[in-house]
Amino acid sequence: MEKILEIKNLKIEYKSNERTVEAVNNLNLLLNKGESLGIVGETGAGKTTTALGIMGLIPDPPGKIVNGEIIFEGHDILKLSKNKLRAVRGKKISMIFQDPMTSLNPVITVGDQIAESIRIHEKLSRADAVLKAKEMLELVGIPEERYAEYPHQFSGGMKQRVIIAIALSCNPELILADEPTTALDVTIQAQVLDLILKLKREKNTSMILITHDLGVVVEICEKVAIMYAGEIVEYGTTEQIYENTSHPYTRGLFDSIPDIDAKEDRLIPIQGLMPDPADLPKGCSFEPRCRYSTEKCKESNPDTQEIGNGHFVKCYNYIKRGEQ
Amino acid sequence: MSELLKIQNLKKYFKTPKGDLHAVDGVSFTVKKGETLGVVGESGCGKSTLGRCIVHLLDTTDGKIYFEDKNITNVSGNELKELRKDLQMIFQDPFSSINPRMTVKSIIIEPIQIHHMYEGNKEKQEKAVLEIMDTVGLARRLADSYPHELDGGRRQRIGIARALALNPKFIVCDEPVSALDVSIQAQILNLMQDLQEEKGLTYIFITHDLSVVKHISDNICVMYLGTLVEKCSSELLFKKQLHPYTQALLSAIPVAKINSKKNRIILKGEIVSPISPAPGCRFAPRCLYAKDECFILSPELKEFEPEHFVACHLY
Repeated sequence: MEKILEIKNLKIEYKSNERTVEAVNNLNLLLNKGESLGIVGETGAGKTTTALGIMGLIPDPPGKIVNGEIIFEGHDILKLSKNKLRAVRGKKISMIFQDPMTSLNPVITVGDQIAESIRIHEKLSRADAVLKAKEMLELVGIPEERYAEYPHQFSGGMKQRVIIAIALSCNPELILADEPTTALDVTIQAQVLDLILKLKREKNTSMILITHDLGVVVEICEKVAIMYAGEIVEYGTTEQIYENTSHPYTRGLFDSIPDIDAKEDRLIPIQGLMPDPADLPKGCSFEPRCRYSTEKCKESNPDTQEIGNGHFVKCYNYIKRGEQ
Repeated sequence: MSELLKIQNLKKYFKTPKGDLHAVDGVSFTVKKGETLGVVGESGCGKSTLGRCIVHLLDTTDGKIYFEDKNITNVSGNELKELRKDLQMIFQDPFSSINPRMTVKSIIIEPIQIHHMYEGNKEKQEKAVLEIMDTVGLARRLADSYPHELDGGRRQRIGIARALALNPKFIVCDEPVSALDVSIQAQILNLMQDLQEEKGLTYIFITHDLSVVKHISDNICVMYLGTLVEKCSSELLFKKQLHPYTQALLSAIPVAKINSKKNRIILKGEIVSPISPAPGCRFAPRCLYAKDECFILSPELKEFEPEHFVACHLY
């Protein structure tokens, strides 16, 4: 399989007065062409920061990519000049943002917002860009007659479709979708997920889907990475992660969700809270909340090890198949 | 079990320049002592408005609310103040529903002081606050902290502590866990269940999250555009859905399991405007089975089988 994106030892920090927050810590990722990868984690795990890093959109200051490489189609994005990066961003890599209510410009018609990125990247005439934008609207299920309407005339689900249309307008190789359905109701979420799946199948686009919802991931992605406190703690195929959950944190996430098919009396929450990212523990960052922690976990941070074909876990005492 | 709360044909209309917005349009149900009634629906279906009408944060347009067999629809003044001791609310957003300029202790003690509990004895009141903090799992050392120093889960615990301060019988919980991460959400849900057992509380649990509502509720009401479309026990609802909207809603839940692919019903279109709604069933424009009569006549909520109510012309 052809690699499309490879991230090596990525480290991103945010600096504020005397405090340094390590938002992303030695992150390694590999994405093949046509694959979808789900990045799952809770608030503050560093999911969005990773995506912004790939897009070259980390606000600097306070953010800074301290170390690492992001290799996209053979070139390190971090070494590209601003102009070259601009040619990649929006054209080859595009992003679907989380909040459809705030990521559109309220004073420009939705059609013109789609046409804008087409005009920038495709060198089309204004009239041709409008035609293409109308095509994109139809593609995401919005009648082209609504080209000249403004975002406030659209509902949340429709706005998210417009954002998807913008992201797809230049036929990108890679889409970063940051919580694309979190702000939507379930029936509308089902419509949007259906649309994403259909488009992915038709265009064979690679995708990174960032979400906290394990139910959404299993429907869209072939690979899953679980993030905790800036690190990937478990990585593998969807089957490996869901059927052979190995990291105690991943296990904890599954146990925290009420099971819709079974009647259980109590949930098993993960005790405690995520550590302060400016003051991470010396050993494993999950150790203070972990049920399986030992002295060794307090002392040193475990390395990532491969425990099955393409199944990686960053834990000394990972849960083996069949154990609870 | 006896009925604690009874709602009859409750209506709440908001005036807008374009006409009346029918936020809640003729909802009736009863809640028994000690049970949890889940109210589910999507944004704009009127579930929060319903909760706010019950605790009298909003006046009702029409209909009746009975609490312990007493009509409380139009209580005001001192009577309402007394009622608030029994009827409390937990709000959705732990970031905006507590005053950022008050310490944790002063937030929780405020209702106690307003109601002059413990004969106004300040020491006893403060002791009570610390005990409530223990109950909800807030460390006593946080008593003098301000909300911004705490994370979302702890702030939601403050909201719960404040609701518990007056020893209420009944709490309306409006999306109490939807702003929280799953691992924290599980902690709060367990806490709420423990409190219910300990104190014999009755909850109305408003949420859009179907797996949460199934987990915590005894009975569930499904709402669509201000109307109640289906009502039955939580177990039955997940086995057998009658209303086409409930069927679509349940089929749309993403399940965190491999091979749980079921026949997903994708609804066409979106919720229509609740301003001066057209006659007939509110769901008819999106319904797969809509007949002519659905666009003319609003279906009544009827008992299709014992304890299973549905408002649909198909039944």
